[in-house]
Amino acid sequence: MANVPADLRYTKEHEWAKLEGDKARVGITAFAQEQLGDVVFVELPKVGAKVSAMKTFGVVESVKAVSDLFAPLTGEVVEINAELPKKPEVVNADPYGKGWMIVVKLANPKEWETLMSAADYEKLVAAAGH
Amino acid sequence: MTQTPAPLKRTPLRDVHVKAGAKMVPFGGWDMPVQYTGIIEEHRCVRSAVGLFDISHMGEFEVRGPGALGAVQRVTSNDASTLATGQVQYSLLCYPEGGIVDDLTLYRLADQHYMLTVNASNIDKDWEWVTEHGKGADWKNVSAETGLLAVQGPKAEGLVQRLADTDVTRVPYYHFVKGGVAGVPCVISRTGYTGEDGFELYAPAERLESLWNALMEGGKSDGIQPIGLGARDTLRLEMKFALYGNDIDETTSPLEAGLGWVVKPAKGDFIGRAAIEKVRAAGVTRKLVGFEMAERAVARHGYRMSKDGAEVGVVTSGSFSPSLERCIGMGYLRADLAPAGTELDVDIRGQAHRARVAKTPFVPSKAKKS
Repeated sequence: MANVPADLRYTKEHEWAKLEGDKARVGITAFAQEQLGDVVFVELPKVGAKVSAMKTFGVVESVKAVSDLFAPLTGEVVEINAELPKKPEVVNADPYGKGWMIVVKLANPKEWETLMSAADYEKLVAAAGH
Repeated sequence: MTQTPAPLKRTPLRDVHVKAGAKMVPFGGWDMPVQYTGIIEEHRCVRSAVGLFDISHMGEFEVRGPGALGAVQRVTSNDASTLATGQVQYSLLCYPEGGIVDDLTLYRLADQHYMLTVNASNIDKDWEWVTEHGKGADWKNVSAETGLLAVQGPKAEGLVQRLADTDVTRVPYYHFVKGGVAGVPCVISRTGYTGEDGFELYAPAERLESLWNALMEGGKSDGIQPIGLGARDTLRLEMKFALYGNDIDETTSPLEAGLGWVVKPAKGDFIGRAAIEKVRAAGVTRKLVGFEMAERAVARHGYRMSKDGAEVGVVTSGSFSPSLERCIGMGYLRADLAPAGTELDVDIRGQAHRARVAKTPFVPSKAKKS
């Protein structure tokens, strides 16, 4: 059974977003970290950077491979998880909690509705063979 | 028109891996386990206890007859005439132009009987090569019927000895004996690709699953784990062992790759000898070096190396080293910059990241040398 919290929204690239007022917290899903394997490096944008929906905002590397991170929503980065460069393994251990990556102040709150629901994301993961 | 990719080949243990929860990936045309629990955990298990690898995807060719030694000497770069029965030798197949067809281990099974173990992705190419250029001997491709397991780590010797019907503790590094392990007839070879002590066990494909199960069961008290190709890669990288297709290929000279020690021109002619000797006389312009990244940034195959803004080399392998907990890699660097300590930059996604040429192996080898 895939770990897909119901209160989050998702992208088809396996990022999650959590609405916090006019901001959204962003990370990668349990399925994504499982597929990547041991995460050893996370490259995040700086606070103040602009990110665009479904454009890359950073990079996550596992022992085996490098993957782009896609922003679920458009806006300005107002917070980054400064622990990740030092402890990238928390992305594996706690992808929805301590493994969060950035907080984005939404430029267009309506974009939230374009993201996948937990139910839809579960179907996507199931179709990917899990 | 669309082309259907060839179906992935399977080792005799493919279903065992799936049942054990392995993540399977295509590798060189094979459906192989890349990891079971996690690359870092598996890596540490091999360095601290014992790990079991299914490497049955590797190819094995046997060659026998009065012309066997002559055929082997023509196609390989090392001097096979120095091999005693029961001994193993690291060697290369080379092109006339001096590049590398493949790297291999050569076994002298009996007086006029040798075995070559070659890389999985090169089996077809190598088979064509040795049968075309190694005429005058009886070649047999036994890849399909030969299974191969690696048992590696400080507790490997104890485990194999408990299951063996022969004294394996007396087998020196790069030697082998024939004997039973858990009742399965094996070539028990003190070799490996990890820098740990241990064995590679060649066994009939149809008996491989019972051998695997006996080792997993017998190694429980040692903390044995199955190890995937992911950890196999990080383990070999810490030793700066070359991986064909990454660090060596048809464009690289053995001398650039630091493999001059397996090129023996004094033995007589062999394919590639003249071209390699030309390189030796002229001196190499680039060398395969190991490097450490200053920060956590992974250099990958194909990334550029630069010094003071000028391009000076290219990365061939790179990963996170679980033993050192830092990022390491290998690459071809301009020869004058090759000494350990040289500072350079690796271009990672458009940004220069500092690196330094390291002494290698990155981690001391614990393979039994005597």
